[in-house]
Amino acid sequence: MSMPPRVLVAKPGLDGHDRGAKLVARALRDAGFEVIYTGIRQKPEVIASIAVQEDVDLIGLSILSGAHMGLTKKTIEALAEAGATDIKVVVGGTVPPVDVQALLDLGAAAVFPTGTPLDQLVEDVRALVTPTSA
Amino acid sequence: MSDKELTSDAGLAIDRVYGPEVLEGSDLSRIGSPGEFPFTRGNHPGGYRDRLWTFRQYSGFGTAEWSNERYRLLMKEGGTGLSVAADLPTQIGYDSDDPEVEEEVGRVGVALDTLADAEILFRDIPLDQVSTSWTVNGTAAIMLAFYVAVGAKQGVPRAKLRGTIQNDILKEYVSRGTWIWPPTPSIRLIADSIEFCADEVPRYNAVSVAGAHFRDAGANAAQEMAFTLQDAVTYCDEIVERGRMTIDQFAPQVSFFFYTHNDFFEEVAKYRAGRRRWAEIVRDRYGAREASSSMFRTGTVCGGWTLQSQQPHNNIVRVAYQAMAAVLGGVQSMFTAAWDEPFALPTEESTMLALRTQQILAHETGVTRTVDPLGGSYFVEALTDEMEAQLITIMADLEAHGGMVQAIEDGYVQGLIADESAAVQRKIDSGERVIVGVNKYQSHEEASALVPPAMDEAARQHQLDRLAEVKRTRHTRAALAALKDLRQAAQGEANLMPHLIECVEEYCTVGEITKELKDVWGEYQQPLVF
Repeated sequence: MSMPPRVLVAKPGLDGHDRGAKLVARALRDAGFEVIYTGIRQKPEVIASIAVQEDVDLIGLSILSGAHMGLTKKTIEALAEAGATDIKVVVGGTVPPVDVQALLDLGAAAVFPTGTPLDQLVEDVRALVTPTSA
Repeated sequence: MSDKELTSDAGLAIDRVYGPEVLEGSDLSRIGSPGEFPFTRGNHPGGYRDRLWTFRQYSGFGTAEWSNERYRLLMKEGGTGLSVAADLPTQIGYDSDDPEVEEEVGRVGVALDTLADAEILFRDIPLDQVSTSWTVNGTAAIMLAFYVAVGAKQGVPRAKLRGTIQNDILKEYVSRGTWIWPPTPSIRLIADSIEFCADEVPRYNAVSVAGAHFRDAGANAAQEMAFTLQDAVTYCDEIVERGRMTIDQFAPQVSFFFYTHNDFFEEVAKYRAGRRRWAEIVRDRYGAREASSSMFRTGTVCGGWTLQSQQPHNNIVRVAYQAMAAVLGGVQSMFTAAWDEPFALPTEESTMLALRTQQILAHETGVTRTVDPLGGSYFVEALTDEMEAQLITIMADLEAHGGMVQAIEDGYVQGLIADESAAVQRKIDSGERVIVGVNKYQSHEEASALVPPAMDEAARQHQLDRLAEVKRTRHTRAALAALKDLRQAAQGEANLMPHLIECVEEYCTVGEITKELKDVWGEYQQPLVF
């Protein structure tokens, strides 16, 4: 059968609040994903390059500092530069409702503001990385 | 009558009722009297009758000018201590003009690049009349140098400076994340600042060993206290091993800091058990002769992870209960968070309400009229004993793991916290752990929208301009010489504090000083445990 989907959970920027990132990483692992965690304080370019090297299907950015717009944009740009536009990017953290659509417009595949139930997050991520059988 | 088994949030067994059997046959001297070893009932015989706790609201944002204005308002409204919130670049050792930190300047606290910023931060605030606390760790020794230098400019003798630098790096590796250098040189720098304060700035707490960030990362109350005491042991071991000072010389410089969360009696028991455990560690492990060396002095913060963005006014009630638990536990200073903190930088109005919460507690509720009003309660004494037993177990486990540094470098502590955090999340998801307005009694109103801390472009430019101006007008040769001296001292074993003070007085930047030490000590590599 097919390999389990691979996900990179990443924390860009200087913010060190990693409780949510670790909870999500664990929930995805428990749900059968292969999960890699970058740790805190990663540059967007480094996150993109780890994603390419590790051949992941999806990157989950966790951002609680309020700097989600700039950091998401930089990550998506770095992926494009690396020719890896097939890697999907989702964003979690303290994202105000007004920014959700803006992040989707930037190219994020989904946004999970704090308070999203973990079960729902896991199912949404699974749907994003499961090839649609046409 | 329900005899079902209940536990506290940290898993301590709670019986249906407690009676005199709790006290019978127990050693009553371990409860003792307020102001007497082992200080279960508090540090001072007069408690809050003689002296209230310090009302200390964490505050700081944008530029030094803005923060200075907020501080003067808080002092005018009855605040009795300052608490500096620095932005992340300042805490991690980057200057505001570093391209890597463009998005973070002045965002979650005030930007401090050089002594020029610190001078403005404390303008018209006489440093001999206020106590100032800094939630800074990686660069804490540099902030201490700023404070000593500003004091000198104001003509305040070092001996009159009062306050606390958090300066507790070990928990940064586990949870808060503002580490810079690896543990060994970082602990050396902390020991240097403790020795320096003991000698030169005796009323300044050179370290505030903090459990609060373990707690907000997911640790329970018992883990919070045990990990923190183990961190304190690590720092004290280092200083004792150097052999330059006895425990009685530096113990008064060591203080603590914790979250007070929702489980009321568990929090009371946590402070009482922590005080007793620390007293016995200082006496038995280090052979302290003065009873005052054994005193566990602590600040607390109410709020944090327990605050919710759904039905946010409920947070006012949560914080008020937490504040009362902290006072019945006998804390020395308190920060009550504003109700809008989960989704905004607090407004002037919400900040003031948070301060008023403490003032009502202190002046209207009457809980300060007698010392340790819960002392001798069958339940509270039993829970204190149970909490203490938990602390001993957890600390023995950490020692068995090779001590705190080893346990952190291996990711062991991080794993324990991640386990606890995941277990609590499961309880919240299943509804077993009730959060009003979140998983029970929800309303249909939308959760409050997050307002990310403002990043004012004009303020950032103002900061960049001042930094450029300082670099242009300082005595460059003297600044470079001070940095060179610092590097040489870092390669040896001398106390670095005098060198850091020399650097800041020559207007070297936080980034320059940090880089100099990085060149000698390297950077920390984080284990990736989840």
